Amino acid sequence: MSERVVELEVLRYNPETDREPHFRRYSVPCREEWVVLDALNHVKENIDPTLSYRWSCHMAVCGSCGMMINREPKLACKSFLRDYQGVIRVEPLAHFPIERDLVTVIDDFVAKLKRVKPYLIPKQPKALEDGEYRQTPAQLKRYKQFTLCINCMLCYAACPEYGLIPKFIGPAALSLAHRYNQDSRDGGREERQQEIAATEGVWECAFVGACSEVCPEHVDPAAALQQVKIKSTVDWYLEHAMPWLNK
Amino acid sequence: MARSNKPIVWGPFAAGGTLTAFLTPVLILLTLLAALGHVPDLLAYDRMHAFAAHWLVKVATVAVVFLSLWSAAHRLRITCYDLGVRADTLVAAIVYAIAVAASVAAAAYLLLI
Amino acid sequence: MSRKPYVRALRWEWLTRHPRYPRYLLRELSCLFIGGWTLMMVWGLARLAQGPEAWAAFLDALRSPASIVLQALALAFAVYHSVTWFNLTPKALPLQLGEDFVADRVISGAHFAVWGLLSLAVLLLAGAF
Repeated sequence: MSERVVELEVLRYNPETDREPHFRRYSVPCREEWVVLDALNHVKENIDPTLSYRWSCHMAVCGSCGMMINREPKLACKSFLRDYQGVIRVEPLAHFPIERDLVTVIDDFVAKLKRVKPYLIPKQPKALEDGEYRQTPAQLKRYKQFTLCINCMLCYAACPEYGLIPKFIGPAALSLAHRYNQDSRDGGREERQQEIAATEGVWECAFVGACSEVCPEHVDPAAALQQVKIKSTVDWYLEHAMPWLNK
Repeated sequence: MARSNKPIVWGPFAAGGTLTAFLTPVLILLTLLAALGHVPDLLAYDRMHAFAAHWLVKVATVAVVFLSLWSAAHRLRITCYDLGVRADTLVAAIVYAIAVAASVAAAAYLLLI
Repeated sequence: MSRKPYVRALRWEWLTRHPRYPRYLLRELSCLFIGGWTLMMVWGLARLAQGPEAWAAFLDALRSPASIVLQALALAFAVYHSVTWFNLTPKALPLQLGEDFVADRVISGAHFAVWGLLSLAVLLLAGAF
């Protein structure tokens, strides 16, 4: 097993002593098959135990270890050291406040996620004894891709519109709303539209497309958002240009 | 939170974006050919005048001009914000007004033909 | 323990993070050229309405070197707009036939084909050949 000394430049911030964040450099003896998260774990275990960062599964499922690696939002557990040359720069996810070191404050995202009601709101609630809500494979496929989101927030760090307009609900939450709106068992679209068709909902998206490029699970949030825009526009014109259709 | 009226501006933007994607390159190619000395037959005065005199062409021309300018205006508005101009309402008023004014002017000129 | 989250202000820094951001800006700036050229055409309509001499003067003005450079740039940006627009169309307008979605490249490809045929038709009808 070959080893290589990797230079890591990590953005550090201690809210108790620092006025602003600063980079610290670590030389880490790394194995060929390591990912950036392994290197950070090595730093924490052997060089500097005060380094703070979030991680859990080490297999791109939990969505905890999102960070900027060479200025690109990445899961640290999915970023192989062998794909990087020279000094590797690690920073907390862009556009989020820094709590400490690589740990960001994610309250904003969590609050937005709640607002879009990312759960099934059945059209007609059924009693347990009436059996399950059935769905055809075609109906499942209609939204399947948008279920793959792991809430890692890489798309928020990639989206300049979210960075510039913090009120913007943003890619992941809007995609999840779309996922439930596309579900044949769901009847909650009207409720969700109140949030996602608002100005700070889908309308702050400029279709940069960066969200879809960085998404580690290939959810394609940009696609979901454009579909929401088109549907919301059709809604609006039906409602205002053809008022006789309104109930 | 209330649903936004953004579809008013976004609808024509999307329509204009699609229209200009299909049509604008070849139209620019026509004027570029004319500029390079290879004037397409249609751009000769008599033919152009007769062409533009048809009411259907007038309607279509105004529609193309409006949608092209509106989608360009909308993009410019967003780009201004992206580049740090925070007076969005002012920018929006100016660019949309230019799009509408130029479309009205185009309609007026066409009525004179 | 007291919290003191550090907020990083964002201005233009995002543009330099990855080539996709200046590419996006370039795509959006195509609006200046498409809009500018369209305004020029509105001016052309005015000259057409004023009679043959005015129209000839308009065509003459098109021939200035600056105008040729601007039109060539406008053409390049307009083509870039078309290419990016049709490449992104399958995201906005996915098509599910039966169980499966039609492949993105089929939807884009259909748009590119229509674009090509339409452009050819316009060139023919305008007597450019």
